[in-house]
Amino acid sequence: MKFGIIQFPGSNCDQDAYHVLADVLGQPTRYIWHKDNTLGDVDCVVVPGGFSYGDYLRTGAIARFSPAMKAVIEHAKDGGLVIGICNGFQILCEAHLLPGALIRNRELKFVCDHVYIRVETTDSPFTNACRRDQILRIPIAHGEGSYFAERQMIEQLEREDRVLVRYCDKNGNVTDAANPNGSLENIAGVCNEGRNVFGLMPHPERASEKLLGSDDGRLILESILRAGATVQPQMGANA
Amino acid sequence: MKTDVAITPEVIAKHGITPEEYERIKKLLGRDPNITELGIFSVMWSEHCSYKNSRPELKKFPREAPFILVKAGEENAGIVDVGDGWAIAFKIESHNHPSAVEPFQGAATGMGGIIRDIFTMGARPILGFNSLRFGPIERKEEGKEKREESDQVAQNRHLFTGVVAGIAHYGNCIGIPTVGGEVYFDESYNGNPLVNALCLGVLRHEQIKRGCAKGVGNPVIYVGSATGRDGLAGAAFASRELTEESKEDRPAVQVGDPFMEKLLLEACLEVMRKDGLVVGIQDMGAAGLTCSTCETASRGGTGNEIDLDLVPKRETGMTPYEIMLSESQERMLLVAQKGREKEVEEIFRKWDLHGVTIGRVTGDGMMRVKVGKKVAAEIPAKQLAEDAPIYHREAAQPSWEITNSKFQISSIPEPKDCAEVLVNLLGSPTIASKNWVYRQYDHMVQDGTVVLPGSDAVVIRIDLQRPDLGVAAAVSAAGGRGPLGTADSTPKGKYIAFTTDCNGAYCYLDPFEGGKIAVAEAARNLVCSGARPLAVTDCLNFGNPMKPEIFWQFRRCVEGVAEGCEAFDTPVTGGNVSFYNESPVSAIDPTPVIGMLGLIDDPKNITTQWFKGSGDAVLLLGEICERTPTLGLGGSEYLKRIHKLKTGAPPRMDLPHAKRIHDACLDFIHRGWVKSAHDCSEGGLAVALAECCMSNGDAMVGAGIDLSQFTDRLDAVLFGETQSRIVLSCGPQHVEEILHSGLPVTRLGTTGGTSLKISAFQGALTWDVAGLRDVWWNTIGRLMD
Repeated sequence: MKFGIIQFPGSNCDQDAYHVLADVLGQPTRYIWHKDNTLGDVDCVVVPGGFSYGDYLRTGAIARFSPAMKAVIEHAKDGGLVIGICNGFQILCEAHLLPGALIRNRELKFVCDHVYIRVETTDSPFTNACRRDQILRIPIAHGEGSYFAERQMIEQLEREDRVLVRYCDKNGNVTDAANPNGSLENIAGVCNEGRNVFGLMPHPERASEKLLGSDDGRLILESILRAGATVQPQMGANA
Repeated sequence: MKTDVAITPEVIAKHGITPEEYERIKKLLGRDPNITELGIFSVMWSEHCSYKNSRPELKKFPREAPFILVKAGEENAGIVDVGDGWAIAFKIESHNHPSAVEPFQGAATGMGGIIRDIFTMGARPILGFNSLRFGPIERKEEGKEKREESDQVAQNRHLFTGVVAGIAHYGNCIGIPTVGGEVYFDESYNGNPLVNALCLGVLRHEQIKRGCAKGVGNPVIYVGSATGRDGLAGAAFASRELTEESKEDRPAVQVGDPFMEKLLLEACLEVMRKDGLVVGIQDMGAAGLTCSTCETASRGGTGNEIDLDLVPKRETGMTPYEIMLSESQERMLLVAQKGREKEVEEIFRKWDLHGVTIGRVTGDGMMRVKVGKKVAAEIPAKQLAEDAPIYHREAAQPSWEITNSKFQISSIPEPKDCAEVLVNLLGSPTIASKNWVYRQYDHMVQDGTVVLPGSDAVVIRIDLQRPDLGVAAAVSAAGGRGPLGTADSTPKGKYIAFTTDCNGAYCYLDPFEGGKIAVAEAARNLVCSGARPLAVTDCLNFGNPMKPEIFWQFRRCVEGVAEGCEAFDTPVTGGNVSFYNESPVSAIDPTPVIGMLGLIDDPKNITTQWFKGSGDAVLLLGEICERTPTLGLGGSEYLKRIHKLKTGAPPRMDLPHAKRIHDACLDFIHRGWVKSAHDCSEGGLAVALAECCMSNGDAMVGAGIDLSQFTDRLDAVLFGETQSRIVLSCGPQHVEEILHSGLPVTRLGTTGGTSLKISAFQGALTWDVAGLRDVWWNTIGRLMD
């Protein structure tokens, strides 16, 4: 599985994603500079966390106009995999690859902590290595992570099984107390209609080694590898 | 300001230059300075840049060791060798005065400045730390000056909120994990908070860069943000006492842009990694363009000539005086190899930053500042940078030290209910959990934080593969992080531990003991984490050194710190002196903050402070209670909080004994006997035991403790702050071995259950751990939100 990590000015989880994909998972991985018009030969694009363009104007609002993001939109339209983490999730929403928006945390403060999320469906290239209702312990670190969308959109997301992960307590109960930022319906991550674009606020790349307190995030990344392993031979057969 | 201002005695005085210093300047130049030159001297000869009042004392620090690659005072930050070709650059610096006036920006730019000090050395910054002091944030219920006190508390909360938000803003955005620090609250910091920011970076030996202008004819290149009028003469501002009018000084506080600094950081590391391209590099921090031009020339034994017309500016009509003294943030000065200017400019263009050649290195030793063809300032660089006057200030022992030292604990009644006292102490903002603070900081970015904030010291993995560090395969060769689907085995790799420590009340009561204790506590915290203490950076915060009592405090603290550093073989690699920390009411408690770096030789030695489960033995390494008239309660948090007293001789620090205790603790850890290790400090043994029970997130472990063999006063046994004590837990099979180590060790009890029970000579005490944790974990949040 070939990964490409977009580097915006102000990205700061790009190197962490690189470390986990290249060193921990052993996948061919490279950076894609935001000024590049093409992505090159990649199977999965990672839009990493950070403060792209200094969060000026609004988180993710400027990044969506970068040349590389235009290429990412094309890649997504062609069915290519895209995962946006934290600021990457915000950018994917701004770019309308995902519905909704991430607004200021309910407590109005930046929050960095380990949280629990519950896997709501395994029917996606990002959760197929998990069990349904599996509880993952993964860190968050954001000031604007409260997921918001119009009521109709939330209903549609639920109906189409597009909420992939939800904040919960350590026993898997989806409660208000377990919601770290005020997200509607405790939504921590959603995918698009085609199920090939996924955005989430928690950082799986910070939870991919036991040494760092949890390797639950690795399940999300391994799901991507598994999806790649099943998709690629088919593509080869068609060619 | 016009360029042709007449140099009157008033103008000279306004620049903080004494008549004697002015004579020195005239002699050095062979003429009267113009206003630009006067401004340049005023910042370079301020205490902040020249250490003119502190230098003779600072020479007392041990500064040499075979593993030191860049020594204290040589460069922007010291660098130590940590083995396998790796090196660590680290330094702490104060930003107290700007934070008192404008807490958010003051703290943010404090981070920005110290981060630049680290990457200018060629290192990638991998962690930030903060040592903070504020006035009280709790409102007392009664008291006749309630209104006034209440205003002060509101102000302290405002400063605390702003400082934490400013640090969070800068560190989170730039993507450097803010992994730890300390926060103390005490009346002496009313109106004069302390904000000490620390940064640590990692690099390979061959990647070290110096702030040195070598090679006549080499281009001097200005990189980063444009220059504006912000922060004009901040270094001079930081070298004055705070007064009511300080609020008028707001233009002297700089405004930070962490996004810009992130770009500058990446661009600088990229340009520095190009073979031989960068000859020297220095950040523009205090005194901006002035400091960077004259110091690089002074270190290189050269001169340089710059043209201010070429300097990128964001305001029009700036005078040479304003340009030279501006402290606009996120700027660096770089000396490149002649003929390769284009390569530098190209990299900065890629990052959308200014990269402009503004001058050349010269051979005449002069710092020459031109505006087009016209010379605006011309000063011998070496003399400007190094020949500031040195003052040997008068020192006199303050009378309060003698009065306080006579205090005897027998004059204080024992509390009726020690169970309640522990709850009260855990609710002291100084002792309570600082999660309200560190949860606002991104402390996990960069994937290196192995032990998170909340234990004795943080532990960080340092040898991640970073393309800019040029060490491909460092990680895969280290092994352990296997391919897809395999579980992590015990990882190899390189790990450091870090801590900052200082108890200002001890230093107020006895600056020499207090200085020793600051170093010893830092070393103890590292040892409890399984690390071997290696080296120190210090931030020395004091009042006005012109006052003999203050200078006494400074001298005695320095001597105490120096002895401590000698005892633990931890040389000082750099730091910062901050004087004039006085509000209209009083000076701060002397606060020599020690930042200490430790090495973890093997990741299996990484140790945390909390109990790991039921059935483990709990041991105390060290003496239960010192044999002095205070029984270890002098200067304690107990005395301060319960009896409203800041008095007594602080606990004694026997350094050779401390070293033996530390060595033994490390030895036990290396042998694999230790499950948890926690240092006893503020609040004493009872607080330490409670923290062992409740500091591992929501995983709590109780303990049954028997102290009935100790017949001293119960408050001294429970809350005394006798030094060099460590609470250990271990499997029952190792108890005998540890008890027979030849050191003072006591078996205290066994872990298990949901409560903390202490049986004492005077009776039994029981606390529900969950209840204790609620107080300890939530106190600060409840006060602030």
